[in-house]
This record gives sequence, structure tokens and C-alpha cells, in this order.
Amino acid sequence: MNLTNQHTYITASVTIRPHAVRKNGEETWKSNGEADFLRALYDQYAGNYPKYHKMDALSKLGWLGTEILLQNTLPADKYAAGDVGIILANSSSSQDTDERYFDTVSDIASPALFVYTLPNIVIGEISIRHKLKGENSFFIFDKFDTAFIATYVQTLFDSNTVQACICGWVEQYGSHYDGALFLVEKEPGTLHTPFNGDTLNKLYQI
Amino acid sequence: MEKLMQDLKEQIIKQLNLQELTPADIGDDQSLFKDGLGLDSIDALELIVLLQQNYNIRIANPEDGPKIFASVRTMAEFITANQKS
Repeated sequence: MNLTNQHTYITASVTIRPHAVRKNGEETWKSNGEADFLRALYDQYAGNYPKYHKMDALSKLGWLGTEILLQNTLPADKYAAGDVGIILANSSSSQDTDERYFDTVSDIASPALFVYTLPNIVIGEISIRHKLKGENSFFIFDKFDTAFIATYVQTLFDSNTVQACICGWVEQYGSHYDGALFLVEKEPGTLHTPFNGDTLNKLYQI
Repeated sequence: MEKLMQDLKEQIIKQLNLQELTPADIGDDQSLFKDGLGLDSIDALELIVLLQQNYNIRIANPEDGPKIFASVRTMAEFITANQKS
């Protein structure tokens, strides 16, 4: 494999948590105590996508995070479908849905739950929505290992596997939600934020 | 039959999480798949579960599925013909 060092930048970022959403570090949504914060975000940032309601909570988190991340910067407008990668990670895998599915097995197993009993299904939902077909992987870590993700994604750029990449952390179990998504490109965009583990971590901690 | 079709529409919306639809949005003879309501193969499995859970009806021959699930009316006719009294 021929590797060439490519300059890469975080051109958009979003953190999505039950109390607030931040886009590029700025708070763009704050909870008013909604019972279903994902539904509130769907109504504000998305809508008119009926399949959303069939997704499990993990997919809703990643799908909504990507909707917010890609507002006004749709990769499909700039890149070929196969040139945009998606690299995500979390710590609970799909355990929340696994347990919900297991609860149905004693009666009649739910097909709709079964199809979400893998964590990388969220990548499929994002890919369908944005017509992306690039390299993708889903990793399971104890916590968001920003150094690993940065190294892995940078290798995809250096090997010319991707021209842009959505990466980040989509953790959900029960009522715990913690999403952080980043768009990485070769041009600095308006943020001029170099892509590396430290900048990922800084934006994640905001 | 009218009452059964109304019940089915409500059950389909609930079972398939069609939260942006109301029963009035589903026509009695509207196709449930493809250009109609746009349901997919996983939805078809959920409809089989719906029949089993709500009406205690199992579909003996899977090849009958497309005819049974063509529309709300065909589902209601199948239930009426197969429900034990």
C-alpha cells in the first residue's frame, strides 16, 4: 500500500446529548425537559423521513447527529459516493436493542428489533440517507479513543481510500446518550481545525 | 368489515411505527408495499407477527403472503375467513 501524508481538517463537528446540541462548538439546541429529546431534535433538524421512526435508539442518535453535522455541507454534492468513509465507535455496542429483542423472544421474536442487533446498522442508516458507499467500520472501546480514531481515519486518507470521512462516537444504553460526530476533509473549510486525536478530544469534551 | 379495517389501520401504524401517518392516510384498497404505503420486507414480517399476536392466525403457506398483504381490505378478508369463532 502506498501511503502519502495528507493534510486533513475537521470541517464540521457536532455533539448531541440529552441536554444540548453543539454544532462547531456553538450550542444550537437546549433541552426544555422534553420526554423524548431525540424526537424534539428530529422535529427541529430533520422531519419527513418516516423510516427514522423505525430505527433503534442508537441509529436515531447517529442518524440525527449526521443530519445536524452535514447541514449545508452534504458530501454527496462534493464527492463520489465511494469516496466518503464512515468510522464510528461506542462502548455499549447494540446491547440496549439486544436486550429489547431478547425480551421478545419468549413470545414472538420481533423482526423489526432483530435487524438492529448490530451496532454498525447505524452506519447503514446514515449511508442510505446520504447515498454513501465508502469505507466503513464500527469499533467498540471502553471510552472514545480519539487517538485511535484519528490514526485510523488518517490512514484512510493517506492510502487514498477516502476523500472525506464522517467519524465519531455514538454511545447509547437506556437513557444514556453521548454522540460526537466529525466531518474530516482535505481542505481546511471555515474552521481551520487540524484533524488529530487532540482536536477530536477537545471538541468532544466541549 | 369496516370496523375490522379501521382496527387494522390503527394496528399497522402502531406495529410498524408509522408515526407520521394516521388511519385516514391509509386507503382500504391502497397497496401496502412499493408505490403504495411503501412497506419493506421487514414490515412484511411484522405484519405476520401482527396477525399472530392480535388474531391468533398463522400463515400456513408463505407464498400466500403477497395476496394476503396486498391491502388492508385483503388482510381483513383473510382474517374474516380464517378467524376461529
